[in-house]
Amino acid sequence: MTLRDLINRLLGRQQTSAETAKERLQLVLAHDRSDLNPELLMQMRREILEVVSRYVEIDMDEGDVSLETEDRVTALVANLPIKRARAVPLAKGETSESEEEADPADPVFRAKVSS
Amino acid sequence: MSAASTRTILICSGKGGVGKTTLTANLGIALAKQGMRTAVLDADFGLRNLDLLLGLENRIVYTAQEVLAGTCRLEQALVKHKQEPNLALLPAGNPRMLEWLTPEDMQKIVAMVSASYDYVLIDAPAGIEGGFKNAMAAAREAIVVTTPEVSAVRDADRVIGLLNSNGIQPIQLVLNRVRPKMMANQEMLAVNDVTDILALPLLGLVLEDEQVIVSTNRGEPLTLHGTSSPAARAYTNVARRLRGEDVPLIDPAKEGRGLRAKLGRLMTKKLF
Ligand SMILES: Nc1ncnc2c1ncn2[C@@H]1O[C@H](COP(=O)(O)OP(=O)(O)O)[C@@H](O)[C@H]1O
Ligand SMILES: [Mg+2]
Repeated sequence: MTLRDLINRLLGRQQTSAETAKERLQLVLAHDRSDLNPELLMQMRREILEVVSRYVEIDMDEGDVSLETEDRVTALVANLPIKRARAVPLAKGETSESEEEADPADPVFRAKVSS
Repeated sequence: MSAASTRTILICSGKGGVGKTTLTANLGIALAKQGMRTAVLDADFGLRNLDLLLGLENRIVYTAQEVLAGTCRLEQALVKHKQEPNLALLPAGNPRMLEWLTPEDMQKIVAMVSASYDYVLIDAPAGIEGGFKNAMAAAREAIVVTTPEVSAVRDADRVIGLLNSNGIQPIQLVLNRVRPKMMANQEMLAVNDVTDILALPLLGLVLEDEQVIVSTNRGEPLTLHGTSSPAARAYTNVARRLRGEDVPLIDPAKEGRGLRAKLGRLMTKKLF
């Protein structure tokens, strides 16, 4: 460990490399274990978001659909903060106009425009 | 002892170079010293080196292949260790072999060996392909070896998935090449991180130990000469736990450092 690493750590600026390793492993193992290729996962995420947003307005900046793994059990976890429910569900394929401020680089946003 | 009570254990890791063969050699000697009739089977026929670690490289005449072909008897192919006659080595094949044995061949040879041994340790090749699957076919239980590094843990996870779906039980973990100082500085995955992620019980914890290299130079596993180095103690304890003894695991934070290292620690504590 270099002195700079130490200082950064004491100041709470930087994660230790062991913590980084653990996080990276958990992520990659969730994918390995589920045997879903990233592309299919993206497509599934897209479709889930599409369905959910027909019924409720969700906060696309905070929300996420991800794989998590613990004790060798992998779960698909959707964390989608609800802004408000829609009085009338949108029809399939229909999109609302209130969410254009999202960043086009954001995969969630890309998912939406292509859906 | 009948073959039914013989324990056939696959030593595997996925990734190469993490310490499977070193564990097989040391565990084999340790079990033999504890009075167990132990056979070690080198299933890594392409890159075999279990013979070298055991100092038996000049004594191999036959392999499992000749036994299966009926060219020789099993007793002729099993190479007994000089100092530790409870231990015998059986190479699965030789590196020039063009065609590999089938999973059924492996089962057959292990069943034959099981008739007169208490433990059969199978040193698996790296990877998860044919050679590994052959080796797995003959085992009832498994020891997965890994180091506290992301690539080794990831590969171990793949192997554990395969072992699980093939009904291998129990599966236990040996964490090798642990560096206490790096762990203390959180520059290396912690023991708990690895056991949590892989969800396996810990059978042993082996520190990084220069004596491992010295012992391979000589072809004399560390466990042959007692338990003077940290790794020798660790391998001996793996053997005892495997036999059902309750031996506490070492705490990497307290392990194996001399007075100077302890003083060094005191100083670092004062400084920061
Ligand atoms: N605990 C240890 N401390 C130091 N070196 C080790 C330790 N365990 C294994 N090694 C070294 O790591 C290398 C790979 O070990 P080996 O047992 O051949 O791995 P594998 O059979 O998994 O390919 C060897 O050079 C060996 O001496
Ligand atoms: Mg090997």
